[in-house]
Amino acid sequence: MLHLLWLIPALPLAGFLILSLLGARMNKKLIAYIGAGSIGISALFVILISIRFLVLLPEEAGFNQLLWSWINIPGLKINAALHLDALSLVFIFVITFVGFLIHLYSTAFMKEEEGYARFFAYMNLFIGSMLTLVLADNLLLLYLGWEGVGLCSYLLIGFWYKDAGNGYAARKAFIVTRIGDTAMFIGLLLLFTSFNTLNIQEIMNKAPDMFTSGSPVIIAATLLLLGGAVGKSAQLPLQTWLPDAMAGPSPVSALIHAATMVTAGVYLIARTHVLFALAPGVQLLVAIIGAATLLLAGFSALTQTDIKRVLAYSTISQIGYMFLALGVGAWSAAVFHFMIHAFFKALLFLAAGVIILNLHHEHNMFKMGGLRKSMPLTFWTFLIGAGSLAALPLVTAGFYSKDFILWQAWSTSQGSVWLWAAGLVGAFITAIYTFRMVFITFFGESNNTPEGKYSLAMAIPLVTLAVLSVMGGFVEIPDTLGNWPAFSNLLHSMLPAPVNTAGGTGTEAILQAIAALIALAGVWIAYHFYIRKPELANSLKTSWNGLHRYWYSGWGFDTLYQTLFIRPAVYLANIDKKDFIDQIYNGIAAFSKFLNRMLSITQTGRLRWYLAGIVAGAIISFTLMLLT
Amino acid sequence: MTPIPMDHGLLLAAILFAIGLTGALFRRNLIFLLLSVEIMLNAAGLAFVVAGARWGEPDGQVMFIFILTMASVEVAIGLALIVRIYHIFKSIDSDSADKMKG
Repeated sequence: MLHLLWLIPALPLAGFLILSLLGARMNKKLIAYIGAGSIGISALFVILISIRFLVLLPEEAGFNQLLWSWINIPGLKINAALHLDALSLVFIFVITFVGFLIHLYSTAFMKEEEGYARFFAYMNLFIGSMLTLVLADNLLLLYLGWEGVGLCSYLLIGFWYKDAGNGYAARKAFIVTRIGDTAMFIGLLLLFTSFNTLNIQEIMNKAPDMFTSGSPVIIAATLLLLGGAVGKSAQLPLQTWLPDAMAGPSPVSALIHAATMVTAGVYLIARTHVLFALAPGVQLLVAIIGAATLLLAGFSALTQTDIKRVLAYSTISQIGYMFLALGVGAWSAAVFHFMIHAFFKALLFLAAGVIILNLHHEHNMFKMGGLRKSMPLTFWTFLIGAGSLAALPLVTAGFYSKDFILWQAWSTSQGSVWLWAAGLVGAFITAIYTFRMVFITFFGESNNTPEGKYSLAMAIPLVTLAVLSVMGGFVEIPDTLGNWPAFSNLLHSMLPAPVNTAGGTGTEAILQAIAALIALAGVWIAYHFYIRKPELANSLKTSWNGLHRYWYSGWGFDTLYQTLFIRPAVYLANIDKKDFIDQIYNGIAAFSKFLNRMLSITQTGRLRWYLAGIVAGAIISFTLMLLT
Repeated sequence: MTPIPMDHGLLLAAILFAIGLTGALFRRNLIFLLLSVEIMLNAAGLAFVVAGARWGEPDGQVMFIFILTMASVEVAIGLALIVRIYHIFKSIDSDSADKMKG
């Protein structure tokens, strides 16, 4: 069964090939069947392989499949080979399963759009690249997938290319992530020169023997890898592209900019965790970046008016939690939060997509209002997703995953009370902005009449993801509530368990209670400000106008980068345009233009002039012949 | 009967060629242009014949047959073109067909 692993990335890629070559001549129904079907079959294979893998697990922690020899020159041998272990299993499960639900949803969502085949071709290519990324057994193949998802992200953000703003957002996303990618590629080269191989397993096995903790090579390599992860996962300081990436269609935001691609950075760090464990300073930096990002993005989310931008900042913030977990060595907590986040954030984006579609592409929450009665299914599923995001205690999956991170931020040897406090404040803000969004969108006065565009293809993903957003948490029950850590047991086959140094079950229970109360308090504050006394929120906004604007613009990072990097670059480019090298080339161009003008004057269209020219030429050549 | 000296024949050919060339350069009427070209061709033919007679070779007359053939073909095509030009421009002035310039 496991030898069918290659089919999982191959099917979406085949779907991409078929749709891109023949899509223009197919009808929409066939395109939908191929586009969603390829992912669906891939998801079925994942389920079969998961069952087989879980049965085998006690003996084998990983399974390798060699496809072909990709590069084979002296000193460098790179295979196109896949590696399946617990970590990649979780990722391929989420990518294919959530991916399939989003494809199913897209068949209805994109129905009236132009470029239906183009959309599904890109989406299939994305899934194929993402699967290549997580299944790759060497860093170069991983990098291929890494760039593939970046390309698809660019193509899909700019899907509605007729609006110039979308193209700008796409280019911004591509260029900003490219900064991180460049760092990552240098990191790969550094790893190759140190280890003489790019095979991930070999590097992980060799690293502890070859290098001591904190050696400069490892620090440099992990910093460079972190650069790549920070760019892809929209963490400080490269987070500015994600809110603008919301220009793409909602299913794209759900799939690429919430559930899968932006967590590639988390995957990369978890995959190379041995290296990060050897560089404690860099690991601490990961935790600090995570904590800072989750707070900054949380505050920005509080002030947004565009429903998708709230969700975008929330995504940045939640990935901040994952980075925090990675930074304190809570590898499985990070992966667990990744999975749960993929469920509820995809749900929230899809539900937001239904609202946006039914309100004639209206994104502003303050123009929605009172949708609770007119869109009941969307309301309930959105509420479940929001509850999971806000980590409402006991009943939502988000509670279990976020609490797992908070507890380990406190208790592990790398954790500290400061990181825990940052996470806790973040949880409080999360609850506020999440329910602010719910109350503004679904409660209050109705400003709009929805069109009522519903279909089964949209309802099934919403309901399935809502169920997962609740039930998903029960695979990892903490000590205090029954101790059934099935998920982390699975991951501990390849990721080390964190060392608990502070506090036992008693402390954990107290901290959980605090986190639960904080979340509920956040919901209450949102209720107080946006339902009971809406004028309070407005007066707060006017009295703190400067801060509001600052948060609204995402802490002014765009302006900062504009003045720090873009303006000087444009200024230099403008100067450079007139330097002497350009003058030479412009001179050549001007000279040939001059010759062209001269010659075109001689072409008068008058026969006798041509004849005279021939005669003159003949006389000159005869004269020369006679004289010489 | 004394043979005509070669110089005389060549001089006549040169004069004919100059007349033809002058006509081709200064007449605007396409028919006259064609006539002038014919005169130049015959001048060239005469030069060949004279040269052939001077060395007693038949090549000069062979070349003249070629030139005659070519001239008849040229006249056929040239007249056809003149008819077309007259249809389009309602004139057989060579300067009226000066659209292809610049």
